[in-house]
Amino acid sequence: MASALARSRETTKERKPGRKVRILIGKPGLDGHDRGAKIIARALRDAGFEIIYTGLHQTPEMIVSAAAQEDVDGIGLSILSGAHNYLLPRIVEMLREKKMGNVVVFGGGIIPDEDIPKLKRKGVDRMFTPGTPLQEIVEYVRERVKPRK
Amino acid sequence: MAVSLKDVLGGDVRSAARLMRDLDDEIPAANRLLKRLYKHTGRAYIVGITGAPGSGKSTLVDTLTDHLRGQGKNVGIVAIDPTSPFTGGAILGDRIRMQKHAIDDKVFIRSLATRGHLGGLSKSTIDIVNVMDAMGKDIILIETVGVGQDEVEIVKVAHTNLVVVVPGLGDDIQAIKAGILEIADIFVVNKSDREGADKTRRELETMVAMNEYRKGDWVPPVLPAVAQTGAGVAELMEAIEGHRKFIYLEENLGQYQAGKARVELLEILKKKLVEKAVDDLERHGLLEPIIEEIARKKTDPYSIVEKVVDHSFAFHLIGGNDRTGSKRKKT
Repeated sequence: MASALARSRETTKERKPGRKVRILIGKPGLDGHDRGAKIIARALRDAGFEIIYTGLHQTPEMIVSAAAQEDVDGIGLSILSGAHNYLLPRIVEMLREKKMGNVVVFGGGIIPDEDIPKLKRKGVDRMFTPGTPLQEIVEYVRERVKPRK
Repeated sequence: MAVSLKDVLGGDVRSAARLMRDLDDEIPAANRLLKRLYKHTGRAYIVGITGAPGSGKSTLVDTLTDHLRGQGKNVGIVAIDPTSPFTGGAILGDRIRMQKHAIDDKVFIRSLATRGHLGGLSKSTIDIVNVMDAMGKDIILIETVGVGQDEVEIVKVAHTNLVVVVPGLGDDIQAIKAGILEIADIFVVNKSDREGADKTRRELETMVAMNEYRKGDWVPPVLPAVAQTGAGVAELMEAIEGHRKFIYLEENLGQYQAGKARVELLEILKKKLVEKAVDDLERHGLLEPIIEEIARKKTDPYSIVEKVVDHSFAFHLIGGNDRTGSKRKKT
């Protein structure tokens, strides 16, 4: 954590106009455990991203519609219900149908190892499993999710 | 992929969303499109919803949207949340309470971060409302960042301003202070099923009664509501409709439009002048050294600003950097 003085120096710098990365964080499906999603949202906020947090019980339609209205660069999905093999590829597919295939989709949750390559083949960029350090996720997002032209 | 004016005017969600992003990110090309789009604005009715954090603004917006959709209205929602002053990041969470409208193609929800702008709105809010207006929204609800007392910028942007108050915040002296309580066209005492709601309502009514009104003035009603259950929202809709009729009276509309035009002009002017001054200082490598000197008390910010302002205006008067002006001379 930077010192208060260093931080106040940061805040007095004039903000340059320009692209800011926007990321949607949501929970597709029926499980009600949003703790992980909130922690990720907070970590990404602290890393300087603009996070649109849509909350629980999202259908793929809701997530894709929100992503279009909010013009996001990435979508992070937390899923603990076991329905990842259906929900995540469906979201990627719907994004492509809407010509939003450049939006990076990543996720996290309790995902069996053997499912991860399948999800990747279907266009999910990266899956994180329990125990992943937050810093690793932040680094990944910095690396992979770039603001659109 | 460039955004076309035609697609935005036709109500295309992707195009409008991209234009909004470009405006928020201050991409110069977006500004050019905005110039052409401006004359297509002015049809939408704009309602501002402001109040303390946690007073139920998002839930109220959600419930109002139910009613408006019931009337067949095409709805735009702009919801603003704060940017962290330290990291520049933000969590925009107003959509959580608006989920039932997520796949209704007649409801467009846009979340905005303040990005350092004070006053309860983001710098881009007026621009983004203009885009929603031009894309054919009948009514636009602007939910300000959770405000305290002095964030009153919304007042000139919206036709009707709702100030949401909840029971149990502070004593009655709060009600006679200046600030957001003065900008209300309608007071909503939300969470009115809670203890103390009647007291809050009476205090606000007393405060309103102490103002002097002339014949034909709008007297802000104080309405109880429970946004979560929808109780009182039908009455609130009626009050908004009443205020809309009042605003659209000939003698009032001109005043509102002039007020909004003034804010638009001054806000854009402020933004551009500051940008230009800071850019100039930076380009000449002066910004950081000057800040350093002020910090060490070798000079004072007042003299510096005076010099910068004089210099900037002189620069413009002689047309030093006025490309459009020099073009005109040639032709």
